[in-house]
Amino acid sequence: MATVKTHRKAPGLIALFVILAVAPLLAANAFHYDLMIKICLTAIVAVGLNLLVGYAGQVSLGHAAFYAGGAYASALLTQNYEFAPLPAMLTAAVAVGSLAWLVGRPILHLKGHYLSMATLGLGVIAAIVINNEDQITGGPDGLPVAPLSLFGHELSVFGSYEWFGMTITGTQLWYLLAAGALFLAVWLALNLIDSPLGRALRALHGSEIAAQVAGVDTAKYKLRVFVISAVYASVAGSLYAHYSGFITPDIASFGHSIELITIVVLGGMASTYGVILGAAILLLIPQFLTGFQELEMVLFGAILMAVMIFMPRGLVPTIARRFQKEAA
Amino acid sequence: MFSEFFQFSFSGITLGAIYALVALGFTLIYNASHVINFAQGEFLMIGGMGTVVLMDAGAPIYLAIPGAIVMAGIAGVLLHKLAIAPAKNADVVTLIIITIGASIFLRGLAQIFWGKDYHALPAFSDTESLSVGGAVLLTQSLWILGIATLLVVALGLFFTRTALGKALLATSMNKDAASMVGIKTGAILTLAFGIAALLGAVAGVIVAPITFTAYDIGIMLGLKGFIAAAIGGLGSSTGAILGGLLLGLAEAYTAGYISSDYKDAVPFVLILVILFFLPNGLLGSRAVERV
Repeated sequence: MATVKTHRKAPGLIALFVILAVAPLLAANAFHYDLMIKICLTAIVAVGLNLLVGYAGQVSLGHAAFYAGGAYASALLTQNYEFAPLPAMLTAAVAVGSLAWLVGRPILHLKGHYLSMATLGLGVIAAIVINNEDQITGGPDGLPVAPLSLFGHELSVFGSYEWFGMTITGTQLWYLLAAGALFLAVWLALNLIDSPLGRALRALHGSEIAAQVAGVDTAKYKLRVFVISAVYASVAGSLYAHYSGFITPDIASFGHSIELITIVVLGGMASTYGVILGAAILLLIPQFLTGFQELEMVLFGAILMAVMIFMPRGLVPTIARRFQKEAA
Repeated sequence: MFSEFFQFSFSGITLGAIYALVALGFTLIYNASHVINFAQGEFLMIGGMGTVVLMDAGAPIYLAIPGAIVMAGIAGVLLHKLAIAPAKNADVVTLIIITIGASIFLRGLAQIFWGKDYHALPAFSDTESLSVGGAVLLTQSLWILGIATLLVVALGLFFTRTALGKALLATSMNKDAASMVGIKTGAILTLAFGIAALLGAVAGVIVAPITFTAYDIGIMLGLKGFIAAAIGGLGSSTGAILGGLLLGLAEAYTAGYISSDYKDAVPFVLILVILFFLPNGLLGSRAVERV
């Protein structure tokens, strides 16, 4: 059985590896790299959120709070407490994970729209706190963040590095890092989905009561996946903070939470590769619409509605199903 | 001391009445179709901005207001016909994303055709304020309370005294059974969206003289209406009104006595506290999961 599973996972991971490795060939300039880096980092959050929403069926409309939590914790720890970026990132992830564990215990008892409401509330409160506590967070003006450094080597987007005789720009190096992190995130998620945790989540998505009757401790598993998805968001947030060098409360906003859940639903719930595509599409759409600045919002809203009406399962699952039908 | 308290109470009840109307719209749509309509706030925007635009075009206020309300009603009907009805078997989250798409779409349209500026409507009465117990009472607040009460009573009569209202109630209780006794449930659902839009638009118009109106006011007002509905217990009309008033008062007292910086956080803290103790809101029925 175990060997069968590895076989099923390998083609997808190899395809992802090839796409991530080939993507730089399409990048003509630093702006393209910037976009690709942002897609990778957003996709990491989406892959984690998908575990919660797509597999466990628990909606979160406040995940931007965890992303912002990671970003601000990294920024403040490196700046005010002289943490190195890597330990700061780990500390942030532990802190955000603990916070998710604390708030998750009461709110995950809620069902359906009440859970959406509670996560939405937490997200908005986090955004308001970040905006108002300007002595710590810089408020609406934002906060500068030190560049990432790994084992004493600073990785700045403005830098240029010698690698095996090749010159590589800081942005290119950052892409390698972000793509690597995404690959790792996907590999971990796929393993989780195949683990007892993943099976328990799918059982409780189908019917929570039926899962309980079958002996699944649903509360424990829901909390666990909530914490995991929060840690995914936190790490991606920390990376983003170091990459961009400057963060504002926008990353904690309700709009950002909505963007994240939209990515998951658009790409396809319970489809790890689908949500990566979702992240790419959602970040690329505005680039194609910049010619129509006035129309950007209208077109974005129309595209969102149209995709969800005609492909309610999301892009990848719908397309996959169509291919299967043709094959059969 | 007391004048302060009166002052905060007046503004709390005024805001609360507005939230209650938004929450009633949410409840109506939720009962009829189990959709959480994130575009509800946009109906307020259409009501307020529509009136401003029609008045700018030369219409007198007594024509501009009904005109804007009808516009919102049409938007509500179209929202159901074009976006919600075609996706009837979709997942709950998918439907949420569709209504979010619709709200972005409507906001975008308003931004293109009506601009991004903030506008104020003139107050409905010439005398702008009265002095009550040492506090200032805006006459617009009286208009808001009066109109909100009238709407609530009218809605109650509609549900209990008219065939159409009873058909709507029947549809929200059990769609299949309703269609079996000959109720055209599709049309009834469209009607529910239309009425919810009308409620929202009226709220948007009557609050515009106090709070200003712009293309993007729908987001926060819509969210607060959703919270008011959830506080009361999704699906309960009495709960929606109660939730709205509670929310308005809590917000006004916080802004007055504690900190206006955290005024906008009040609804969200309140809902978390309430859901912690009452996971189905104040008056919500216990959800039963069928296996």
